[in-house]
Amino acid sequence: MFEGVPVHWFLVLATTMFFIGIYGFLVRKNLITMLMSLELILNSVCINFVAFNKILFPEHLEGMFFTLFIIAVAAAEASVAIAIIINIYRRLVNIDVEKMNEMKY
Amino acid sequence: MLIMRHELLLIAITVILLLVEIFLPGDKKSRVITLAILLMTAVLILGFVPGPSGTLFGGMYQTTALISMLKNILNIGALIVMIQSADWLRKPENKEKISEYYILLLSTLIGMQYMLSSGDFLMFYLGLELATIPLAALAAFERFKEKSAEAGVKFIFSSALSSGILLYGLSMIYGTTGTLYFAEVGPAFTGTPLQVLGFIFFFAGMAFKISLVPFHLWTADVYEGAPVNISSYLSVVSKGAAAFILTILLFTVFSKIALMWSNVLYIIIILTITMGNLFAIRQQNLKRFLAFSSIAQAGFILLGIIGQSQYGMTTVIYFVLVYIFSNLGAFGVVSIISNRTGCETINDYDGLYRTNPRLAMMMMLSLFSLAGIPPVAGFFGKFFLFAAAANHGLYILVLIAIINTIISLYYYLLVIKAMFLNRSDRPIPKFKSDFYTSLGLILCLAGIFAVGIASTIFEAINGLSFGLY
Repeated sequence: MFEGVPVHWFLVLATTMFFIGIYGFLVRKNLITMLMSLELILNSVCINFVAFNKILFPEHLEGMFFTLFIIAVAAAEASVAIAIIINIYRRLVNIDVEKMNEMKY
Repeated sequence: MLIMRHELLLIAITVILLLVEIFLPGDKKSRVITLAILLMTAVLILGFVPGPSGTLFGGMYQTTALISMLKNILNIGALIVMIQSADWLRKPENKEKISEYYILLLSTLIGMQYMLSSGDFLMFYLGLELATIPLAALAAFERFKEKSAEAGVKFIFSSALSSGILLYGLSMIYGTTGTLYFAEVGPAFTGTPLQVLGFIFFFAGMAFKISLVPFHLWTADVYEGAPVNISSYLSVVSKGAAAFILTILLFTVFSKIALMWSNVLYIIIILTITMGNLFAIRQQNLKRFLAFSSIAQAGFILLGIIGQSQYGMTTVIYFVLVYIFSNLGAFGVVSIISNRTGCETINDYDGLYRTNPRLAMMMMLSLFSLAGIPPVAGFFGKFFLFAAAANHGLYILVLIAIINTIISLYYYLLVIKAMFLNRSDRPIPKFKSDFYTSLGLILCLAGIFAVGIASTIFEAINGLSFGLY
């Protein structure tokens, strides 16, 4: 499907996604959107792994396996994060990070 | 079987606790505390039985005598934390969640042990996540406290971001070397620009876990909001495991770019020690105070790594062992006082010596050990770390570290002054500690003295360590 696509195209795609994720994580105020930015970061890593595996090292499947594990762990991480966010919502009736400023310098 | 004995034992007691939780009637739930502590003691003792070394799963899992010893050190820390949390768990609002707490705590410990014996970056990543995700749930454990929820959210988001950054670095390392096994990445890691970039991302992710300075901002907030015992677990066991694996990785996988990472460490050490100390001076809450002091201690741990020798690795392990006892001693006192009276600021501790002399003495010895005052073990830990860096010729760095030790003495003595010299109109009332708290504090006290005096411990660690040259 991607025959002849050079590896650096994938790298550019993944890097762009990674930094969009970092930007979103730093700029967004809503916890759910921050979680989505985190998923974007993890997915950019997945693209990197799959592209490297498919194009540069097709004889082993290490990159593919790593991607599968990243997806599973990201799901676990998201579920714990959402559980904590629900708890926050019950306490504050709000999921704005700016409101979470009880502890500061 | 025997190669993976530490993890299998921990998994076994986790399953036992789960079954007990299901079958024990509701009014006998507090017996789980005793059961969990006894089981963990058995695991700790069995862990010291020498067993075979080797690899499993095609090299993804490995263990050596050194790694078994590191796991035993982590077990000691976890056992003391479990003993110290007993008093807090007996409170009515936590009674329903006792086995939940121990299961989550043990699963983070399993994650750390898998991380230590990983022979592959995939295994390393899984261990890291298993060590991190349950800790977020533990930080948000007190569901009805706003601060605890805030600590949980701050911890899960910053740790998820840090593991994302770490993974991005790993993907670059994979792309340039074509493998994820430590044994094969090491020779192929020659320091091409993409590899260096990957290493920087990877190091940033690890620095988050050890809370080194540009990445330390989550530490104080999480330590303040989380339950005291979880803060102590985070500052001691979690940080110790990350420091161990970072040392092992820097000495094996990234050994070919040692010149580069020692330059990175040089700057980070100066920043970490100085910032940690300067921020600790202005803290009023004792948990925040101990958080910043633990950031500064993380900087001291790196002094041993930058020494790059076998001696350097020995000092890192030895210092973490000493640090476990001294920091858990300090946190144990803060924990019992916070449970009984709710007091957490330094001013509340005014005149503690008059009402609770034994707790005040314990706190003083722990803080002396953290500061590095001679009769206690902390002095030897710091002294050996400085010697490791000085052997490598880094005299200016050691000088800066020594100046910082003097600064740290100032704020540790502020707490001691509040306890012994200040008078207070409303001192903390006199109370009697329960059996488990006393036991935990006595273990810490014994550790603070015994580790400093018994040179066999240092020799044993030295016999197993390795260095770059």
